[in-house]
Amino acid sequence: MLARTVLRSVPFRGAARQSLNKTSSRASSSSAGSESTSSPIHLTVTASIATAVALGSATYLYGQEAFAMTPAEEGLHATQYPWEHAKWNKTFDHAALRRGFQVYREVCASCHSLTRVPWRSFVGVTHTVDEMKAFAEENEYDTEPNDQGEIEKRPGKLSDYIPPPYPNEEAARFANGGALPPDLSLIVKGRHGGCNYIFSLLTGYPDEPPAGAAVQEGMNFNPFFPGTAIAMARVLFDGVVEYEDGTPATTSQMAKDVVEFLNWAAEPEMDDRKKMGFKALTLLTGLFALSVWVKRYKWSPIKTRKVVYSPPVPRR
Amino acid sequence: MAGALASSIYQTLIRRNAVYLTSIFVGAFAFEIAFDTSTNKIWDTWNRGRQWKDIKYQYMNKAEEEDED
Repeated sequence: MLARTVLRSVPFRGAARQSLNKTSSRASSSSAGSESTSSPIHLTVTASIATAVALGSATYLYGQEAFAMTPAEEGLHATQYPWEHAKWNKTFDHAALRRGFQVYREVCASCHSLTRVPWRSFVGVTHTVDEMKAFAEENEYDTEPNDQGEIEKRPGKLSDYIPPPYPNEEAARFANGGALPPDLSLIVKGRHGGCNYIFSLLTGYPDEPPAGAAVQEGMNFNPFFPGTAIAMARVLFDGVVEYEDGTPATTSQMAKDVVEFLNWAAEPEMDDRKKMGFKALTLLTGLFALSVWVKRYKWSPIKTRKVVYSPPVPRR
Repeated sequence: MAGALASSIYQTLIRRNAVYLTSIFVGAFAFEIAFDTSTNKIWDTWNRGRQWKDIKYQYMNKAEEEDED
């Protein structure tokens, strides 16, 4: 604090002296700014050092990130992949969404729920109405209570939501050795790294854990999972599903498709959002250009006018 | 030149209020239709083969097969 006041007092005195000079010379010349560049070099050096010290101490105090976890607890950072659907002018690849839904149905759905996605949301996105009705009818749902107050079962409709594999969290934990398989509806939004993280997780299982890594009974080693011990084993092997469009079902292809599908489940509005954003940007660019033109049009007489002061001629 | 154009615009569109209002409304609709059509076309060119309308022809006929099994 003491040092700061000392530093501050020096430029103040200099500034005061400068303003004194300026007032004395104002009468003689009307052109400002010619003498304002003549600040002494020691003032500049002192002010620069003071600024550097202030910025440095502020960065030291507030700018550092605190890491409470070890790198193993943090998990390996996911690789950045060039997702085509993540570009600002690209929609989802709907053929990939369809393949990804197939992977979810045949692989993921045995443990993971997708409770926030209704059957109807696939219609016109990845499947036809008839295909989706057939999928929905494979599942049974509770009816409203009938006249006797009994709840019966009915086949699913398009407006029903995808049924979870387990009736409740306790059943899910019991069936999976105490670990709860998370709901996948919003998983892409809900994990740091999003698509990159899930793709890395799905494809990142090593054949055996590296030397020195302790893996508990019933757990699996995955360097991308925070803590490296994950209850989910590797599920995607080459040829686990058979794609109807003939795409080779390699591990990375299935992982890519299911990640894009999960991104759609989390952001089903993305296609429309990007399209509307593109339209809005186009339109607003035109309006901005118009407003610039109007401003210049309105200001041109003001900017080009000349104000002349003719002093009164003193009477002799 | 510009004066003649401006005066012809004034005479045909702006002079009578009913014509002026009508031209504004018609112009708004015409601009929206033209803008939407052109931007949609650009969007579909960027995303050729990616959207549902590009791939649905493969599945519209297959619906009956999937009902059987």
